[in-house]
Amino acid sequence: MQPLNWTTVCDLDDIAPNTGVCALFEEQQVAIFRIGKTEQLYAIDNVDPFGKASVLSRGLIGDCDGDIVVASPLYKQQFKLKNGQCIEDESVKLKTFAIRAHGGQIQLGLPH
Amino acid sequence: MRQQKIIVVGNGMVGHKFIDNLIQHPDYAQYQILTFSEEPRLAYDRVKLSSYFSGSTVDDLMLTSSDYYDEHGVQFIVNDKVTDIDKAAKQITTASGRVESYDKLVLATGSFPFVPPIPGKDSPHCLVYRTIEDLEAITASAAESKVGVVVGGGLLGLECANALHELKLEAHVVEFAPRLMAVQLDEGGGNVLSRKIQALGVSVHCEKNTKEIVAGETLRYRMNFADGSHLETDMIVFSAGIRPQDELARQFDLTIGERGGIVIDDNCLTSDPNIYAVGECALWQNRIFGLVAPGYTMAKAAVSHLTGGDVLFQGADMSTKLKLLGVDVASIGDAHAQSPGALTYTYMNDVEGIYKRIVVNPEKTQLLGAVLIGDTEAYGNLLTMTLESMPLPEQPEILILPALDGAPSAALGVNALPDTAQICSCHDVTKGDLVCAIQDGATDLGSLKSCSKAGTGCGGCTAMVGQVLNAELEKMGVEVNDHLCSHFAYSRQELYDIIRSKQIKTFDALLAEYGEGSGCMVCKPAIGSILATHWNEYVLSDDHIQLQDTNDIFLANMQRDGTYSVVPRIAAGEITPKQLIALGQIGEKYDLYTKITGGQRIDFFGAQLHELPPIWDELIAAGFETGHAYGKSLRTVKSCVGSTWCRFGMMDSVTMAVNLEMRYKGLRSPHKLKMGVSGCTRECAEAQGKDIGIIATDKGWNLYVCGNGGMKPRHADLFASDLDDATLIQYIDRILMFYCRTADRLQRTSVWMDNMEGGLDYLKSVIIDDKLAIGSDLEQDMARVVDTYECEWKKTLNSPERLKRFAHFINSPATDDSLVYEADRGQNKARIATPVTEDIIETVTVD
Repeated sequence: MQPLNWTTVCDLDDIAPNTGVCALFEEQQVAIFRIGKTEQLYAIDNVDPFGKASVLSRGLIGDCDGDIVVASPLYKQQFKLKNGQCIEDESVKLKTFAIRAHGGQIQLGLPH
Repeated sequence: MRQQKIIVVGNGMVGHKFIDNLIQHPDYAQYQILTFSEEPRLAYDRVKLSSYFSGSTVDDLMLTSSDYYDEHGVQFIVNDKVTDIDKAAKQITTASGRVESYDKLVLATGSFPFVPPIPGKDSPHCLVYRTIEDLEAITASAAESKVGVVVGGGLLGLECANALHELKLEAHVVEFAPRLMAVQLDEGGGNVLSRKIQALGVSVHCEKNTKEIVAGETLRYRMNFADGSHLETDMIVFSAGIRPQDELARQFDLTIGERGGIVIDDNCLTSDPNIYAVGECALWQNRIFGLVAPGYTMAKAAVSHLTGGDVLFQGADMSTKLKLLGVDVASIGDAHAQSPGALTYTYMNDVEGIYKRIVVNPEKTQLLGAVLIGDTEAYGNLLTMTLESMPLPEQPEILILPALDGAPSAALGVNALPDTAQICSCHDVTKGDLVCAIQDGATDLGSLKSCSKAGTGCGGCTAMVGQVLNAELEKMGVEVNDHLCSHFAYSRQELYDIIRSKQIKTFDALLAEYGEGSGCMVCKPAIGSILATHWNEYVLSDDHIQLQDTNDIFLANMQRDGTYSVVPRIAAGEITPKQLIALGQIGEKYDLYTKITGGQRIDFFGAQLHELPPIWDELIAAGFETGHAYGKSLRTVKSCVGSTWCRFGMMDSVTMAVNLEMRYKGLRSPHKLKMGVSGCTRECAEAQGKDIGIIATDKGWNLYVCGNGGMKPRHADLFASDLDDATLIQYIDRILMFYCRTADRLQRTSVWMDNMEGGLDYLKSVIIDDKLAIGSDLEQDMARVVDTYECEWKKTLNSPERLKRFAHFINSPATDDSLVYEADRGQNKARIATPVTEDIIETVTVD
């Protein structure tokens, strides 16, 4: 596995359990989600490819046959958080980002 | 080809049915219809006539309209009577001298009330009960009377007694026979009915033969009976049966029965091959059919014969089920056990006033008839068993014995019914028709009812329709369960009960004990809504924020570009000039596209996430509070200006609307709620298209429930009339909380009502009669919601932790640079419209 350059974007406590926020990272809008009160985090593209608006961080988190998904707040298509795959349309897959909790902070990663 | 000219004499229920059936016929273009009514209006629903006394208007009762007839090219003439038929020339002449030719003539002249030849019967305040004009005369007479007598204890007579009772008269029923409803009920049934009706305050006098009506000593009249007794009264309504209106046919030599009625054959043809007769004026095999369903069947047969079809009239089942003065009554088939060798089983419960009797053949293999008083739940099953000659269970008595706790229901499954079994007799819908509709996609009760019409007449078959639906879905392999989603194996109603009885306050606690997985976009908002209805806690608290959907989570309505619209509450649409100026200034400052909503308030569009808190800071400073346009909750109470300004206003609709909006604001419900209050029957607030509608009368408020506009309009049902303020609010408290507890997720009140077994009558029994004894409980729940109200925006502005979320980026003050606007019609912010090409799963509207 490639080593990564990590950038802090916010504190872990900035995200209410089971919700998301949007971060500006490398001039991209990234949706970050926190599962429960844990350090389990996911990062995907914030732009809803169907509604064409930057809103996915404001979607509802749930599980769909065991996969954790976010439902777009616009028209409710669901995306798997682990790989960005859209449930309703197999041909749509969102970009994902490396993410970790580190010392109470949330960091996004880029390859060296 | 020349059109055939059809003249229909009489535009009552059956006359209209004939016309309507012909309009619906594929060959309608070959016909030209002309119809005459001697009444001043077109066909109306005589079966529901008594509802006129409980607040229905003439418009509510109308079955057709001049628009409908115009649209289909039906000529109609009201207030004119056909007086002459020239059978040879095929011509009719009317009282006003009009002459018209016909190819076919249809007599649908109906019947007239029989008034026994009693001396004094023609005095003032001695009336009959048949037309809307008769009802108007009864209302006028009742206004000058304290006591009223109905002569005749049959179906109509009892309905009329109910009307007098509702007009606040001391009501009496005088019946010649030894019991009430002698045609339909046996002695036991008649007695139980009599007792129940007397308990409601209507006096019953059986075996009374009225000799004369003379001046009274204490009241206007005295009725002297053959047995020497007497009864004093101010007014008398005769409802002693009907006689066929066969005068025309008699005069012009059509064959008439010995005791009246125009003789017809199976095609509804009279003795003249160009003249049909249908409905109560017609005599088939020496029988007159005084119910509407057989009349409809005749209309169908006549249209069929006219158009070359082969539907015959072959008699009709006269079974009935109805509610008289709040008492359930049903009679099926051979209720009197007159068939040779017939045997009977009787169940009698004096404590609850229930009487049930079934009549079976001597071999105990087939059901011949039944009488049910006080509990008519078994009606649908018993009727079908009788009509379809289905085999009886080994112990027939289980059909009428009450199910003991835990015991399986004794009713036969609908699977045993053949496809030809008629389920809805009002609209002649068979089980086969229902099965087809279900297979074509009508897979919930509401849509099945609306596409098949089953259950939309008297409603008596709704339970059966539901059973057919469930059985059919099961056969189709559709798993019939009402589970909320894969995470909770419970219905929404069950989850509500669990949350209430186990005092559960968070989603996580509920999931841990009653669910599995981590929840989804179906169960999270649904349970968030239940928790909010019951506990009314701040929806953005740590425990609840994860449950909030698109709009609730930021307390604003997300638009297609991810920006929001903002709607402050403007209760009842009442606003001061000063507030209006404040709104204008805020809209201008934040460059918001501004529009007036359908719910009489103002909507600001194009606010970005980070702008919401400062906008609300200024709105709250100007005296506004949140409008909950984002919630599944009370939106607005629309009002007309009412008696404070309007020349026609009966009551102060604005004050009532403000009070209601302030009372129920913040109530989270299964779906959004809209209300309307109109100050008079002109109905400028369109209250009858709302979930809760209120219309002022000269005696108080009329309450309408479960109306809807939008995609599938539904006219609201009149729930109660002439209420005072306190009773009105008590009923609304109960109805809303009952809706919150029992509706499915995202189910509007209109669909909730359409799917409710027992329908409006059931809702009335729960709310008004408190049948489930939960009335005060519902009121307490509502009181808690009202008492714990707080403005969610005010609370949010006081919470720095929450305000952090109102930024586009968590790590930058930058804003979303993908938003593009252009000026249009004088407003700066209008999104460049790009059509949405994807399937839209949910449409989101503001008010």
